[in-house]
Amino acid sequence: MKGYLRYFLNKLVWFLVTFVFAFILNFILPRLMPGDPVAGIVGKMAQGMSNATGVQAIYKQYTELFGTNKPMIEQFFIYVKNVFRGDFGFSFSQYPRTVGNVIKSSVWWTVCLQFPAIIVGWIIGNALGALAAYLKGGFDRVLMPVSIFISNLPTFGMAVILLVFFAVDLKWFPSSGGYGFDLLPSFSWKFMWSVIVHYQLPFWSIVLIAIGGQAIGMRSMSIYELNADYVKYSRFMGIKDRTIVGYVFRNAMLPQITGLALSIGTMVGGALVAEIIFSYPGLGTTLLNAIMGGDYPLISAITLIITVMVLIANFLIEIVYGFIDPRIKAAQSD
Amino acid sequence: MKHTLQQIFHSPNFVIGFVIFMVLLLTVIIYPLFITDAPLGIIAQGTFFEPGIYVNVYDSLGATPYTLQLNDAATKRIENKLKAQDRQDMQDWLKADGVPANQIDITNTASLLGLWQKNYDPNKSFPGMTYARQRYYQRLDASLKGLLSTSGVIIASQDPETSALVQSGTVQQTDYVNIGEVANVKVLPLGTDNFGRDVLTELVRATGVSLEIGLVAGVIATLIGLTLGLLGGYVGGLVDDLIMFITNLFTVIPTFILLILISFSIGQEQRGAVTIAVVIGFTSWVWTARAVRSQVISLRNRDHVNLSKLSGHSVAHIIVADILPYIASYVVMALILQISSAILAEASLSILGLGPRTTEVPTLGLMMNWAMIYQAEILGKWWAYFPVLIVIALITFSMNLMNTGLDQVFNPALRA
Repeated sequence: MKGYLRYFLNKLVWFLVTFVFAFILNFILPRLMPGDPVAGIVGKMAQGMSNATGVQAIYKQYTELFGTNKPMIEQFFIYVKNVFRGDFGFSFSQYPRTVGNVIKSSVWWTVCLQFPAIIVGWIIGNALGALAAYLKGGFDRVLMPVSIFISNLPTFGMAVILLVFFAVDLKWFPSSGGYGFDLLPSFSWKFMWSVIVHYQLPFWSIVLIAIGGQAIGMRSMSIYELNADYVKYSRFMGIKDRTIVGYVFRNAMLPQITGLALSIGTMVGGALVAEIIFSYPGLGTTLLNAIMGGDYPLISAITLIITVMVLIANFLIEIVYGFIDPRIKAAQSD
Repeated sequence: MKHTLQQIFHSPNFVIGFVIFMVLLLTVIIYPLFITDAPLGIIAQGTFFEPGIYVNVYDSLGATPYTLQLNDAATKRIENKLKAQDRQDMQDWLKADGVPANQIDITNTASLLGLWQKNYDPNKSFPGMTYARQRYYQRLDASLKGLLSTSGVIIASQDPETSALVQSGTVQQTDYVNIGEVANVKVLPLGTDNFGRDVLTELVRATGVSLEIGLVAGVIATLIGLTLGLLGGYVGGLVDDLIMFITNLFTVIPTFILLILISFSIGQEQRGAVTIAVVIGFTSWVWTARAVRSQVISLRNRDHVNLSKLSGHSVAHIIVADILPYIASYVVMALILQISSAILAEASLSILGLGPRTTEVPTLGLMMNWAMIYQAEILGKWWAYFPVLIVIALITFSMNLMNTGLDQVFNPALRA
């Protein structure tokens, strides 16, 4: 147990250090972008104003409000202090909304889109992959090339194909947005139905690609396990096929579960392009708008969320593996 | 070596992937030798011309006419001219006139025209029909009469002095030209795009540029990943800790977001195709480094490596002579994957409008981006985006097939 505690602490320290560096990168990178975002806001505010001193005054007021007139180092410490209080400041491009407010209204769209899509894609993909490995023959020979082909379509490719086919040609589903443009978010049936209808295309474009990738991975793992010595030994022992398949499946699952945890961790950053193509009101679209508007408080906050989620997922995987995998346990006793 | 190659080319997956890839590559190389048009040259005035053969009208008037007596020529001509909307309107009029709906078949041009000629009366007006509508039917009837006429068309040119029109020839309905005798015929197998550029020429060039981007980015990423992985895995200790730290750092900041941030900071003006390739290369080496490192760690304590160490060989020598050959196959597979994912990364970046600047060379992603901006997918101009998607999918598909094939050769357990 002492060895495990050391392993745990070691990992924790590394992750904390990584987090600090990632945090700094998150702060600096967006601020290296060209252009003065405050000038953009002031330009909007001062539209039609001919008084140069007035515009100057507005500009000064905003730079003070956003703190962009201070040196980068000072800005960084103010930022750190504010973030620890949960305050990410104002969004430049959507002023006067705060960053927290903008994110709160978009993050659920992304989570509700990606989480079920990843889970559904993972389950179907693994089932197909395991079947292909077990049945072999025609099923395998058809499924494999199709899976490889589908998983090699870029996300936007699948999105565009679904869009053209189901939204433009068949007109079954709307082509963009998270809900009808004539509706306001509310808990009415009409709104719910609109959300469900808008949900389908982005959802399936993510699921289909996930199925392909997972099926390939699961097939390789299962074939590898099916040829393992313990399977042959079990066959000699006369254990029923069904039971053996159970063993194999459980062993082949382990790396797949890692993959699942990782893709849940990276889900926010995972399908930005699909969201953008369908103008789905999630974090991806928000991030793109923030980048286009030079809105670095918003960019920093979104990338920070993504970073923290990936970091936590990685950390959990390593911790759990420390428990499960005997090889890591052995390494701790060195 | 020869044996390994033989084995590789016996794997059906690898061979299929290799053939697809070679076909694409050869097209990219050979096509420009025959069609030397500038890939970004704007030839069409207007957007999204449909794929087809474009014959110069002026030149075909000047070409020798041949008379061909074909029975179905008139029917075809009328069918082509009579639009779906016209047919619908004719049906509406006939219905209002009292013709039973089951007698009207708007897909059968001959019977529809027969009914129309029998029943239509230009002076008849129905309740609810506006005067404009009545006039519309009169015009439709007149144009139908024009269609049905069998006389030719007179070509006239303007006399430069008197400005009077002088007849210079007639074109009969039975006149044909041999397409080989027309001076200007342009084949546009994939039509033109939103800027009026030949999509096929553009696509071939874009495929070439995207492959170059993939190659540059893939080589950079693989080199960085290989170096860091070898160093971390073989040297170990503090070097390994440092490398793992950098690797972890790059793992937690999603590559694609890093890519977006960096390309945006570079700015549209500075972003050439090569710059984008370098940026992609420098952000995507992470998993190669990790994988190489873990392979090297498992090799580090092999007997032949220890023997080499005892013989006093330098670290560089051990790495090159005793470790690299064992991971070479793996590195090749990693390189192939890196190339295909770099091509995808470029395409995704360009779709967001963060790709290479648009004035010099087309890339697959840029073509996608242009098609999306001009809403080709909504307008149903499939030739502007669908071939691009197919090419992207074919490139990555062929590379992954090759990879699967290699995998099956080098990991015999996977050979089912």
